[in-house]
Amino acid sequence: MTDTHKKEVDALSGVETTGHEWDGLRELNNPLPKWWLYVFYACIVWAIGYWIVYPSWPLLSSYTTGVMGNSQRADALAAVDAGRAARAEIGTKLVDATLEDISSTPALLDFAMANGRAAFGDNCSACHGSGGTGFVGYPNLQDDGWIWGGTLDDIHTTLKYGIRSGHDEARIGEMPAYGRDELLEKDQITQVANFVASKAGLETEAGVDLAAGEVVYQENCAACHGEDLKGLREVGAPNLVGANYLYGKSLAAIKAQINNPRAGVMPAWEGRLDPATVKSLAVYVHSFGGGE
Amino acid sequence: MRVEPDAASGGNEPEEWFASAKKIYPMATHGTFRRIKWALLFITLGLYYFLPFIRWDRGPNAPDQAILIDLEGRRAYFFFIEIWPQEVYYLTGLLIIAALALFLMNAVAGRIWCGYLCPQTVWTDLFMWVERKIEGDRRERIALDKAPMSLSKLAKRTAKHTSWLMIAWWTGGAWVLYFSDAPTLVYDLATFQAPWAAYLWIAILTATTYLLAGFMREQVCIYMCPWPRIQAALTDEKALNVTYRWDRGEPRGPLKRNKELAEQGLPAGDCIDCAQCYHVCPTGVDIRGGLQLDCIQCGLCIDACDNVMTKVGKPTGLIGYDTDENIQRRLDGKDPVYEIVRPRTVIYAAVIAIAGAIMLYALLTRDFAGISTLHDRNPIFVTQNDGSIRNGFTVRLMNKRTHDRSFLLNVEGMPAGSRIEAVGIDHYFEGRPYVVVGPDQTREIRVLVYSPQDMKLPSSTPITFRLTDTVMGEVVTTKDFFKAP
Repeated sequence: MTDTHKKEVDALSGVETTGHEWDGLRELNNPLPKWWLYVFYACIVWAIGYWIVYPSWPLLSSYTTGVMGNSQRADALAAVDAGRAARAEIGTKLVDATLEDISSTPALLDFAMANGRAAFGDNCSACHGSGGTGFVGYPNLQDDGWIWGGTLDDIHTTLKYGIRSGHDEARIGEMPAYGRDELLEKDQITQVANFVASKAGLETEAGVDLAAGEVVYQENCAACHGEDLKGLREVGAPNLVGANYLYGKSLAAIKAQINNPRAGVMPAWEGRLDPATVKSLAVYVHSFGGGE
Repeated sequence: MRVEPDAASGGNEPEEWFASAKKIYPMATHGTFRRIKWALLFITLGLYYFLPFIRWDRGPNAPDQAILIDLEGRRAYFFFIEIWPQEVYYLTGLLIIAALALFLMNAVAGRIWCGYLCPQTVWTDLFMWVERKIEGDRRERIALDKAPMSLSKLAKRTAKHTSWLMIAWWTGGAWVLYFSDAPTLVYDLATFQAPWAAYLWIAILTATTYLLAGFMREQVCIYMCPWPRIQAALTDEKALNVTYRWDRGEPRGPLKRNKELAEQGLPAGDCIDCAQCYHVCPTGVDIRGGLQLDCIQCGLCIDACDNVMTKVGKPTGLIGYDTDENIQRRLDGKDPVYEIVRPRTVIYAAVIAIAGAIMLYALLTRDFAGISTLHDRNPIFVTQNDGSIRNGFTVRLMNKRTHDRSFLLNVEGMPAGSRIEAVGIDHYFEGRPYVVVGPDQTREIRVLVYSPQDMKLPSSTPITFRLTDTVMGEVVTTKDFFKAP
C-alpha cells in the first residue's frame, strides 16, 4: 500500500487514484455515475414509502401491515370468492337443467366438461385412474361395460348416492359368499366357476363336469346374473360374458369371487361436492366414450 | 513493486480516448439523383401512410382492408391472400426473397437500399428537408447552432421540433392502422376510444422516428446497422458503386492553380477541391477517400459534383456510378466495360426466380381445408365389453374459406367392419360423419374409432383420416395410428 494521504493522479487518464495497487495496476478513483447514484437514492426514498404503505417488517408474532392493509392472502381468497360468484349463475342453471339439456346446450356442456374434468382429477382419479380406465376392483369408466348402468341418469345416481356407501339411497348389491359361508360344496364351486369361464371364453380345467356347473349356476346364480349370464343392472350383478371383469378375468379370479366375494365401495358424493359438480362429473364421465 | 506512471504509459502524453460524433450539416443540392430520391420518398412514404386505407372486398365474413394483420383474429390479409398463423412460412419465403433481392441490388449497383429505400434514409431525408425549410441551409444552420438563444432561434427550434414530432406521430399513427380496420381506428383514436395498445405503439414509433430521423441519423447507419459490414463482403470489382474517378480527379487543387499546372504540362486533375461533395453528404463522408463503410451511396455527391463541373466547364461524371475495374482499365488506357449480366447477378436472379416460383406454387396449390388429429393418451385404447377396441382422437377441422363448408370424415387403413363415431354429430353418410365447419374457422370434434369385434389387431395400425369437402371436393388427409393391446 502506498501513502494514502497524498493525492495521486494517474498520468494517462488524469484521474485520481485510490492508492490501491496490485502488481503495478492502480485503481482509479472514478466516481459512481451520477445517474446511478441518484437512482440509488431514489430507491432508498422509495423503500421508506414502501415500508409505510405495504407490509414489510417482521415482528415477533406478526408483521407491520402497512397503512393500506394490503394482504395477498386476502386478495387470493377474494379472487376465489369472485370465481365462485362468477360460476354461481351458470352453476344454478346446471343444477336446474336436466342432464339431456346439458348435453345439448353448448354453454352448459363446456362448463360441465371443464368443471367435471377438474373435479374428476381431484376426487375420482385416485381410484379410477386419471384417464378413467380404473384398476382391478375399481371399474373402468371408459368402456361400455356398466354394472349399474351407463346412461347419464344412471351415472348421476351412482355418483350422488354411491355404491354400498352407507347412504340411504345407495346402490346395494350383495354377492353371497358361497365358499366362506359354505352355501355350496367345493366341487360345485369348481363346476360353476368352470361353467362361467367356458361361457366367458376362458380355458377350463380338464375333467370338470360343465353340465353340472350349469345346473348349479341356474339354481344359485341365474336369479341375479341372468340365465344368459348377461347380468342384471338393477341389483348390480355384472355381465359375466363381457370382455372386462371388475375383479379380473381368469378362472382363479372367478373362483375367488364365488368363494369369498369382494364388494367394493363407491362413496356418495352428495353433500361432499355441490350438486353442480356432481352433475358435471356425470356429464364428463359419460363423455369418455362408453356412455349410453 | 511500484511502477512509475511514465514507464506504464511509455512516456506518452495523455491521449484523447473518446471523441463525440461531429454534427453533420448536409447542404442542399439538386440534380438527377436528388430528383430520384424525392420521387422514391413520395412513393415509399405514400405507400406507407395510405396503404391501410385501401379496401378489398372479401365477402361478408372477412375484413375488407387490403393489408391487415389481425393479431386478435390470428389472421393476416394481403389483398387476395389470407394467411393463417401456421402458414407463417410464407413470410419466411418473403424474407428470403428480400435478402436475395438485397444481394442482387448490391451486385448490380451497390447500396441502392441504403441510399434510396431504407426507412432510416427516407425519414432522415424528410426530416432534413423540414430542417432546411425552417432553419435554412448548411451555413445558416451552423450559424444558428453557434448563436446565443434568442427569440427567433427559439421560434425556429420550436417550429422544427413540432414539425418533426408531427411527422413522427403520423408515422406511428400509420403503423397501428395495419393492425386494425383503419377508418374505424382513426375514428376511435380521435375520440379516445381506441385500445391502449394503439396509443402505446403510436407513442413508441413517434419516439423512435423522432430520435432516429431527427438526432441519430447517420449514426444509425454507421454504428447500429449491420448492413454496411455485410455489403462490403458482397460487392466486387464489377459492381457499380458511387465512385470518385481519382484517375481523372487527381492531383486535386484549386481551379486556377491546376489550370496553371496544366499549361505547364504538369499533371493536374479535374477535382477543384471545392468540398461540395462532402458538404452535401448526409453521412459526412468524403467520397474521394474511396468506397467506405459510412457511405450509403445516395448519389447526392454525384449531383453536387456534376453541378460544379458544369459551372467550371469540365465534363461531368467526376463522381459517378462506376466500377473498381473501370478505374483500373482507364488507367491502363482501355475503355470502360459494364457487365451487369455476369455469373454473380445471374445466379442471384435465378435463385430469386426459383424462390419466387416455389412461393407462387405453394400459394396456388395450398389447402383451404385442414385436418389435424391428436390421439388420446390416457387411455391409449379401450377394450369394449364385446371385445372390440376403441381409440379416441381429438380432431381439429379447418375451413379457410369465408363460407360454411360441409365435410365427410373418413378413416382409411382400418379392417372391414370397423366404424367411426363423432361425438355430438348426428348426421352420417354411409357410416361417415358429416361435419359442418363455419366460415374462416376451425372446429374440434371428438372422434371414436372402433375395431371390428373378434379381430386381433397389431399393437399399432397406421391409419389415415381423410376429410372431403362435399361440395367443392377438396380432400385433405392426415396420418395417425390405431393402437391395440
